[in-house]
Amino acid sequence: MTRYVRKVSLTGHNILNNHIETTIDQVRASHPEAIESVVHFREEPTLIVAATYLLDVCNLLRFDSSLDYSLLVDIAAVDHYPNEPRFSLSYILHALEKNARIRLQVKLPGKSPEVSSVTECWKSAEWPEREAFDMMGINFVGHPDLRRILMPADWDGHPLRKDYPLGYEEVQFSFNWEEIDSKKDYAKE
Amino acid sequence: MSQVRKLETTLDELKTLFSDKAQTGETMVLNLGPQHPSTHGVLRLILELDGEEVVRCVPDVGFLHTGIEKNMEAKTYLKALVMTDRMDYLNNLGNNLTYCLAIEKLCNIEVPKRAQVIRVICAELQRIASHLVWLGTSAMDLNASSVLIYCFRDRENLLDIFEMIGGQRMMTSYIRPGGVWRDVPDEFVPAVNRFLDYLPEKLADYERMLTRNPLFMRRTIDIGIIDPSDALERGMTGSSLRGSGINYDVRRAMPYSGYDEYDFDVPLEDGCDVYARYRVRMREFHESMRIIKQALDKLEPGPVITDDRKYSPPPRSELGNSMEAVIHHFKYWTEGFSAPKGEVYVATESPRGELGCCLVGDGSPKPGRVHFRTPSFHNLQSLSFMSEGYLVADLVAMIGSIDIVLGDVDR
Repeated sequence: MTRYVRKVSLTGHNILNNHIETTIDQVRASHPEAIESVVHFREEPTLIVAATYLLDVCNLLRFDSSLDYSLLVDIAAVDHYPNEPRFSLSYILHALEKNARIRLQVKLPGKSPEVSSVTECWKSAEWPEREAFDMMGINFVGHPDLRRILMPADWDGHPLRKDYPLGYEEVQFSFNWEEIDSKKDYAKE
Repeated sequence: MSQVRKLETTLDELKTLFSDKAQTGETMVLNLGPQHPSTHGVLRLILELDGEEVVRCVPDVGFLHTGIEKNMEAKTYLKALVMTDRMDYLNNLGNNLTYCLAIEKLCNIEVPKRAQVIRVICAELQRIASHLVWLGTSAMDLNASSVLIYCFRDRENLLDIFEMIGGQRMMTSYIRPGGVWRDVPDEFVPAVNRFLDYLPEKLADYERMLTRNPLFMRRTIDIGIIDPSDALERGMTGSSLRGSGINYDVRRAMPYSGYDEYDFDVPLEDGCDVYARYRVRMREFHESMRIIKQALDKLEPGPVITDDRKYSPPPRSELGNSMEAVIHHFKYWTEGFSAPKGEVYVATESPRGELGCCLVGDGSPKPGRVHFRTPSFHNLQSLSFMSEGYLVADLVAMIGSIDIVLGDVDR
């Protein structure tokens, strides 16, 4: 059987594109302590940035005319429970002119995860940050309007956390009625 | 969760979103949706109006939130695939494709040539189907209701084609990790060809109805203007962004499934208004047809799913005479396959814009985290900026022009 060999890998432009190297060098030059490490996984470059430097690095990437990451594609929050640091936030940035894409990642602790909002760099960060707040309970400092976005405003808990149950209501039958009744919320009140 | 929800709590919070004039009654706060036909689903907009003029527009989403990302974490990679169909219900095959590309990237699976070509045909047919729904509904919002019926009639042909290949009209789950479910039937190519002969004439009819229609032009030209820089700043992608003159198409920028081997143009308009977005999508119909024609020529016999038995089921014929095949079959359908640890992000061009999938593998047969970057969610953000200073009636035209699907917004 002949196997098809990909002529262009999915993100082939990133390896050939020296804009990524330029970016990493520039960030290193202006904020030496900001980069914790650089990871290449499946040809995707990831800059792991200290949470305190996130806003500085974003300001550089967004407003430096030679870098020009003008499109914030996505913010993906991941829960690594029970590992620490528990949360990671991936910011996927795209430089249109150079056709280069890079991922910034910050790691946040499980106890009161907090990071500065990047809405001053990209207005489009507003909703993704609200989503991360809603789903994971990450607090974005400096966000203009940090409310829940997908869940009802008075919802308890953050559904995409790993320790949040998927659902399932135990069904009460006559033989276990009391037992399940004692576990209900109203039993504790 | 047994407490009775206090619905009024939201009103206090909303007070901060509107100007002081709303408090004194100089301007009016009006609720639009979520049950309103022109919001294309269950979008709720809270409008602050000065007469007919929109002072502020606050979208309220989440009415269709079904916890798809959470549900996918509880299923194996393969079983989670069916959830993706239900996200953007006008781009089912495109959602399958994005999720499968993410799995393939995470697990390093090679996809056979024929499967890639079939995927391209499916994705482009789906784009046409989705654009037909957009054309029909957005024209109906501007009171051209006959276009809606015509477009749904044409879309029916495409749904028949999807039923032919996947057994279902919409939720096909036809594209699988490593390839596609099964080869296309013999009637597939003639059916697609028939559709390609049929559509251009109809599109010309719709263009005659709308493109130079003075009423349509008055309702769309110079309405909902968004500058290229503002559009980028607010995260717009896809046809809406190209209507503002920015040449960004994921099929070009980061080719997947062999899109780099096809010859097509990326339609651009510089009007930045509702009309420009209309023109872009009308031209995209023709580009999609061009791609499908080339893809049909490339359709050569061959396998349609990877032969790596860890990631694809063994063919029926092997089950009778191979013990390994039976083991693989059993393991594949019960336990599924494990993906390595790591995080990948894959983007495709959905009919609405960049559809991304961020997939985190944790070494188990279930995804550690699946996050979808959905184009409607990001495009909808720009609506409040776009609509300021226009009339309520224009707002309806703008919602149509950014082509949102609420299943895609809320997931």
